[in-house]
Amino acid sequence: MKHTEEELIFIKEELSQMWRLVLSQVEKAKQSFLNNDIELAREVASREKRVDSFELKIDSDCENYIALYNPVAIDLRLVLSLIKISSTLERIADFAEGIARYVIEDACKALANDLKEELRVETMFDTVIEMLSDSYVALDSENTRLSGKILSKDETVDEIYHNAVKILANYLRNNPSEIECGLQTILVMRKIERIGDHCSNIVEEIVFYIDAKVLKHSNDHE
Amino acid sequence: MIEAKNVNFYYGNFQALKDISMVMDDHTVTAFIGPSGCGKSTFLRLFNRMNELIANTRLTGECLVNGENIYQKSIDVTELRKKIGMVFQKPNPFPQSIFENVAYGLRVDGVKDKHFIKQRVEESLVSAALWNEVKDKLKKSAFELSGGQQQRLCIARALAISPSIILMDEPASALDPISTSKIEDLIHVLKKDYTIVIVTHNMQQAARVSDKTGFFMLGTLIEYNDTRKMFLNPEKEETQNYITGRFG
Ligand SMILES: Nc1ncnc2c1ncn2[C@@H]1O[C@H](COP(=O)(O)OP(=O)(O)OP(=O)(O)O)[C@@H](O)[C@H]1O
Ligand SMILES: [Mg+2]
Repeated sequence: MKHTEEELIFIKEELSQMWRLVLSQVEKAKQSFLNNDIELAREVASREKRVDSFELKIDSDCENYIALYNPVAIDLRLVLSLIKISSTLERIADFAEGIARYVIEDACKALANDLKEELRVETMFDTVIEMLSDSYVALDSENTRLSGKILSKDETVDEIYHNAVKILANYLRNNPSEIECGLQTILVMRKIERIGDHCSNIVEEIVFYIDAKVLKHSNDHE
Repeated sequence: MIEAKNVNFYYGNFQALKDISMVMDDHTVTAFIGPSGCGKSTFLRLFNRMNELIANTRLTGECLVNGENIYQKSIDVTELRKKIGMVFQKPNPFPQSIFENVAYGLRVDGVKDKHFIKQRVEESLVSAALWNEVKDKLKKSAFELSGGQQQRLCIARALAISPSIILMDEPASALDPISTSKIEDLIHVLKKDYTIVIVTHNMQQAARVSDKTGFFMLGTLIEYNDTRKMFLNPEKEETQNYITGRFG
């Protein structure tokens, strides 16, 4: 193997580690929100810095790679994707942290569990977690066959979000005292929805790297 | 326009080019890349009929310049070489003054008008981005120039006879980055007036200067594509392996 190839594999491995960390951040944000677990939420908040430093490290490794090795074709596409994916992962981790902050700042202990269930918050969390881990598999196995499936999950996420807005609006009409809590809940769901969007961006990057096709802004995800 | 139609070329029994067809448009820069010995220089030399100087060679297929088969009997090779200039890997100035090097082609052509020659020499040196460096020492020997300057002198010599096509075989391979970048800038400027074909081993150079790139391997044209496409997303696996250095 060429030494430049080893370098790329090394950066890819760094991205994998970052990916696993971000996955666990989102997973913990979910648990902390569903169980009002402030302890766990604090852990998420405190680990955010590690995600940031991964992003900085990957960025600088990619910059060096481009400066020293002048990559072209598939190598160039991979480096460009690594830069974009790591910055997207960082933003996903920001959302996870944001969710954790709501829990820490003692949001909605009042929000009844059966309402959370009706809003399908857990399913929404689980769907974006699947998107995130499936896209990890897609990059790791260099296989874009999963891409359509992952992108269609984003539609599920959007659907849950829009339904939740309606359900909450109704609920709050009848329970105006809980308005603050309701707003926080919808803000959390909005963050989950954004995580889904970012997972779609990651899939688009992977398709660009592997198939050299640009899906971005094309709207016709199959 | 330069065109090859089903070109095969043999050195004795050895087939150096295999069924090559391609079109190079006017005012474009085409780069040829590929491993050593794949036939780039051989292919380039077909277009000013330089290969004919080598004994025991054979060509089939057609080489056309502006739609005309340059190997048909009616073609005057000297006239052809006036239309098609060539620059080689190693600068090869003649053991004469800077001025006479550039004027050479005109003199061979029988031009006597001193004023015209002087003007043409200056224009050519300006076009080759060398004028400012040599205007005060035109009578000095060409060998007193640096390698990069000698190469630009050879380009000026090629330009002096007003060709429409310039073939360059690794014109910058022996030059430092500054001279290289001068030659590259020059190519960029010259393509307004000339059609340029350049052979290079420097992948980044091909990417920087050319509009289209042809990748040769073992006498075959594997891929011929827009340079951008070639370096971001080549169609052929072999191209990808070669340009990313995974060859062999
Ligand atoms: N004068 C010759 N007589 C016999 N064989 C030749 C001659 N010139 C070239 N060849 C052969 O033809 C093939 C193509 O040579 P050519 O010089 O065109 O390759 P190239 O792509 O320009 O290589 P390089 O990058 O090393 O300059 C080679 O296998 C070479 O050995
Ligand atoms: Mg050669």
